[in-house]
Amino acid sequence: MEYEAVIGLETHVQLKTKSKMWCGCANQYGAEPNTNVCPVCLGLPGVLPVPNDEALRLTVLTGFLLNCEIPRFAKFDRKSYFYPDMPKNYQITQYDKPSTANGFVEFEFNGSGSTDGRSRVRITRAHLEEDVGKSTHFERNSGLDFNRAGVPLMEIVSEPDITSADMAYEYLNALKEILVQGGVSDCDMEKGQVRCDVNVSVRPVGTKELGAKIEIKNMNSFSGVRRALDYEIPRQIEAVKRGEKLIQSTRRWDDVAGITEQMRTKEDAHDYRYFPDPDLMPSAPDEAWIASVKSRVVELPEARKQRLMREYQLPAGDAEVFKSNVELGNYFEGIAKQAKNPKAVANWVINNLQARIAEVSMFMMVEPGFNQTQMGFFGLDDLKFKPEAILELVNLVESKAISHSAAQQVFAEMFDTGKSPALIVQEKGLAQVSDTGAIEKFCDEAIAANPNPVADYKAGKLAALNSLKGQVMKLSKGKANPALVGEILERKLKS
Amino acid sequence: MLNQLTISELTAKLAKREVSSRAATQACLDQIARVDGQVHAFLNHDAADALAQADAADKAIAAGATHAQQPLLGVPIAVKDVIAVKGQPLTCGSKILGKFISPYDATVTEKLRAAGAIVFGRLNMDEFAMGSSTENSAFGVTRNPWDTARIPGGSSGGSAAAVAADECIATLGSDTGGSVRQPAANCGCVGLKPTYGRVSRYGLVAFASSLDQIGPLTKDVRDAATMLKVISGHDQRDSTSLPEAVPDFSASLGHSIKGMKLGLPKEYMIGGLDPEVKLAVEAAVAQLTKLGAEIVEISLPHTDYAVATYYIIATAEASANLARFDGIRYGARVDGADPIELYSKTRGAGFGAEVKRRIILGTYVLSSGYHDAYYLRAQKVRTLIRQDFLKAFEQVDAIVAPTTPTAAFKIGEKSEDPLQLYLGDIFTLSCNLAGICGISVPCGFTKSPKLPIGLQLLGRPMGEATLLRVAHAYEQGTGWHQEKSPLARG
Repeated sequence: MEYEAVIGLETHVQLKTKSKMWCGCANQYGAEPNTNVCPVCLGLPGVLPVPNDEALRLTVLTGFLLNCEIPRFAKFDRKSYFYPDMPKNYQITQYDKPSTANGFVEFEFNGSGSTDGRSRVRITRAHLEEDVGKSTHFERNSGLDFNRAGVPLMEIVSEPDITSADMAYEYLNALKEILVQGGVSDCDMEKGQVRCDVNVSVRPVGTKELGAKIEIKNMNSFSGVRRALDYEIPRQIEAVKRGEKLIQSTRRWDDVAGITEQMRTKEDAHDYRYFPDPDLMPSAPDEAWIASVKSRVVELPEARKQRLMREYQLPAGDAEVFKSNVELGNYFEGIAKQAKNPKAVANWVINNLQARIAEVSMFMMVEPGFNQTQMGFFGLDDLKFKPEAILELVNLVESKAISHSAAQQVFAEMFDTGKSPALIVQEKGLAQVSDTGAIEKFCDEAIAANPNPVADYKAGKLAALNSLKGQVMKLSKGKANPALVGEILERKLKS
Repeated sequence: MLNQLTISELTAKLAKREVSSRAATQACLDQIARVDGQVHAFLNHDAADALAQADAADKAIAAGATHAQQPLLGVPIAVKDVIAVKGQPLTCGSKILGKFISPYDATVTEKLRAAGAIVFGRLNMDEFAMGSSTENSAFGVTRNPWDTARIPGGSSGGSAAAVAADECIATLGSDTGGSVRQPAANCGCVGLKPTYGRVSRYGLVAFASSLDQIGPLTKDVRDAATMLKVISGHDQRDSTSLPEAVPDFSASLGHSIKGMKLGLPKEYMIGGLDPEVKLAVEAAVAQLTKLGAEIVEISLPHTDYAVATYYIIATAEASANLARFDGIRYGARVDGADPIELYSKTRGAGFGAEVKRRIILGTYVLSSGYHDAYYLRAQKVRTLIRQDFLKAFEQVDAIVAPTTPTAAFKIGEKSEDPLQLYLGDIFTLSCNLAGICGISVPCGFTKSPKLPIGLQLLGRPMGEATLLRVAHAYEQGTGWHQEKSPLARG
């Protein structure tokens, strides 16, 4: 019998807010332990939570980005369980009335469950809650850092629409890209800004009933999720094939050993005793508030890619670059609209501009005195030339006013000095020579100076022509029109 | 004896520079030294700090500060040990908080300070405000200044006894199901429970968040109006506080109540009502009629369900509110081999029997499988109870009722029977479930022994001005509030 996996993901994402969920403490990673804390996020006696409006906005914004419904009524509930890193011993979360629900994510994926290389995973809900503190265990005791306690955390719950480890991986990447580009979260894995719980079961292909749900808790990398599923799915299938009855349980992923281990079964599952938090009023956003959130919706990465391919006839590869690098994409679009040949503009932006920026950045990083914390220290904003200069450069090439190799020189110069391409062409005398008289003279010189390639060509080795062409270009200092050079050389050698 | 004065009497003398705040504060400290060994209203107080605050107030008065700007300038006010005062102990009458010192001020504390009050002393209470006799304090029972063999009521027993024994001018308590009004009735003072959301709860250690309100205990109705004005107002730190404007409550005093309609709920004249209490309340009703009010019989049909509803909702909320007392970050800790053992030992040793009973009750009613039958159902009944009141207020301006079914009972008399104690809250807890306001004013005494009886007035949401006006009119026609307890007399 063939078996298939049924996978649903619960993805926790820290929101990009200045302050915490219920108090004014900074939402900041990497501070000294217990420095971003106050009576509220420490759960001292008598304190009360005050909701962070921006966190509510980012949750509803996520709803829009994930094609969700935005209910006109949401509320916060208390989820009770004891843990040392949880100051109140209950977590404030949204239990049965989340801020947003019923959406989907679409992404590129080739495999089972996809059509035309695309897949859709439905989103059950995205709700707002608070993060907990962090425990560190030492030899004889444990330490607690509450800087993270009360940081706004959004949980995005998917339907069990995922059928493989690879699909889970692609879904998570697509989700991350949407959240990062939507300005909802930085989704920095290193900083623990994204964590995942994986629900996976197996069933015979063709059946509808779900198998025993097994949850793998607290995954902190997408590749970890993929590896854990690559281990867990065959484990379950083999167990079922042996006739073993799987039971609903929670497992832990051991990243070093590359295996999952059982933590607890359904019998000792928590009873969280949810009830509405009486310290907080329900959130009943009005139309104006919702509209102001909606105005922050950006184009989704996948939609953007499709549009770039459609509107500018870009190949998928180029569109993919602009999908993941939004800034570069915006730069491109800013000038491509006026370009006759947007593909040529894309080539310059991707192959030359992006590469040159990366080079400069690398160079700056190895300079002494470089400050590691200043990431993004050289980018599009720091360019000395205006975006229109790229367009001008492309036009010069297109109209054959300069050759490709001359264009490279022009680009290097305008990158360094910010001078306009026309000025550089003029100053350096790079205008392409299409004067046949001048080119004929260079050709004669080249033929006279290179008897060997001439002999080779005449003996039938046509490739020898390239060597002669190169000599002519050299003599013309790169300015000769290469097409004309070829024509004239051929004529002279054949005669 | 300056400690015997009301707020209005003391501030008049302070304004005229007849007396100093230092002298008034010293008088309170002297009275505490003289009688608190018998009353035990105070858990602790910092005399030097109180006098330093008094000196600062005297300086301010000398520099021209007025009571129009600062209505409590130079007035010694003590607070229940459940309200945070920066730098002072905050134990909630519980061992579990250990030597906890609050690092911040409650909003009401800030408001008292801004109004110029001398904020001093921590007043005894039932542990975490759970109880109606102050017998549940981990630090000893408070005694009723009218008869030290009897309870002062609770949970704000210390707040009521301190006022009744003239140990300070006025106090703050908290009222979740009657914890301000009931001890006020038992001790013969005025106790006001504001409308839910009128006073910020920031800095009030939560018992049941949807029911808790801070309220004043005072020697007369005018003082209650003054205190309420000071502590009321919207607070951004409390999402449940209401953005309503705060009226000048004192301005509503002294107006006739002629033509006002007052409702008498037929469900409140129950079998368990003590005959002397019944007589006193009937006499009060007659007095109100004499003052020109029209008495109308009304019905609050869901009254029978109030006690059950209250003890489900209050305990459910408490079970989560008290989860933070775990010995991890602050308070007392009993170590264990792992966190679970540490929690069990710490909470086992730190909480008293009544608190444990309520945490267990609350945990039970929220448990999977019972949640709908208890918690959800109770929420629905709560809505019906609120509707009862709102419907009644379409007919009447205020409701008249007893505050308690009996006068103060003897210490230890009911401590073995929690259900009996819970039933004693029958007249007060509907007010919290409905989120409306209520006040208890003295309306007579039992004969032998002589113990105070309280008259309760209940008002519309945000209807404190009307409530105070009726209470004041009643008070002016009687002398009950002027009678002093034996301990106050000295």
